[in-house]
Amino acid sequence: MAAANQPDHASDQWPLWEVFTQAKDGAPHEHAGSVHAPDAEIALQNARDVYARRGEVVSVWVVPSAAIVASSPEDQGPFFDPADDKPYRHPQFYKTPRGVRVY
Amino acid sequence: MRPTDEDAGVPREALFEYLLRLGDDRLVLGHRLSEWCGHGPVLEEDIALSNVALDLIGQATHFLRLAGQVEGQGRDEDALAYFRDAIDYRNVNLVELPNGDYGRTIVRQFLFDAWSVLLLDGLQRATHTELAGIAAKAHKEARYHVRHSGEWVIRLGDGTEESHRRVQTAVDELWPYTGELFAADQVDRLLARVIAPEPAALEPVWREVVIDVLHRATLTPPAEGYMHSGGRQGRHTEHLGHLLAEMQILARSHPGAKW
Repeated sequence: MAAANQPDHASDQWPLWEVFTQAKDGAPHEHAGSVHAPDAEIALQNARDVYARRGEVVSVWVVPSAAIVASSPEDQGPFFDPADDKPYRHPQFYKTPRGVRVY
Repeated sequence: MRPTDEDAGVPREALFEYLLRLGDDRLVLGHRLSEWCGHGPVLEEDIALSNVALDLIGQATHFLRLAGQVEGQGRDEDALAYFRDAIDYRNVNLVELPNGDYGRTIVRQFLFDAWSVLLLDGLQRATHTELAGIAAKAHKEARYHVRHSGEWVIRLGDGTEESHRRVQTAVDELWPYTGELFAADQVDRLLARVIAPEPAALEPVWREVVIDVLHRATLTPPAEGYMHSGGRQGRHTEHLGHLLAEMQILARSHPGAKW
């Protein structure tokens, strides 16, 4: 059985699921929050009740939190170094050629 | 009794009575479920059941408002909800029974939801356009309700030894209250076909849905036996009076109060 289906720690808590909601067709699914649920179907229902009942939501994803691989806080320096010394990585570095419409 | 075009020849009094039944089932069950608010077994279920309760009370508001209009005596949905006594309530007895444990609440809800979704499906094709509109909106909600309660019946039935035992007990105890959902009287016969589905016509489909879920939940459907009745005629269990006392006290103590 997948780790996500096992209770958290030694407690009787249900596993945690991350909830992503989509506001309209084509829009990205955005993280809305999390719910506890014993399985995927109930997680989906709980997500609907907690995050999708009032707003305009057209789609909900639930993902076992245990399935998410995250960067750790100590990674912050090396992992997200903005490379400020490499201005050519930013679009502003490039001049818009004449004749190209600017939006 | 004056028939109108809109009512497809159904006597006003029968339509009023029928709308009260629709409204009262949902008002009483919605109020019962709201007793779980803040007491749910887990936060997510507390929210889920409160949402279902709100949906049902919303549906009741619409049905009772229309009932008041059909009656034509100046009673609005609040007057009908707060200023009628138990004997004037037309809900089935199933919905007024106490919540018991969470499993029992879920079983009661599932037995009702599985019926309600079929009834509303038929009602949304009623010749009475306003009624059909309310039913269409309520049908969408009921489809979610039955999914929620059905999935929980399966998980609790096919859960631990204790959850299985509790839910089986609930099924055995609540089953005798389901006969009322399919019984027809003069009112149902007057409304059948043009406005409402015939109650008995819903039973085979309901039974199929319910028994399928019970089997998946490893639960045993009860044997045929005695069925309670009387709710549609105002003969209620002793529980309805207590429920109404709590639900109505504010409106009755402060008539016309706004908040």
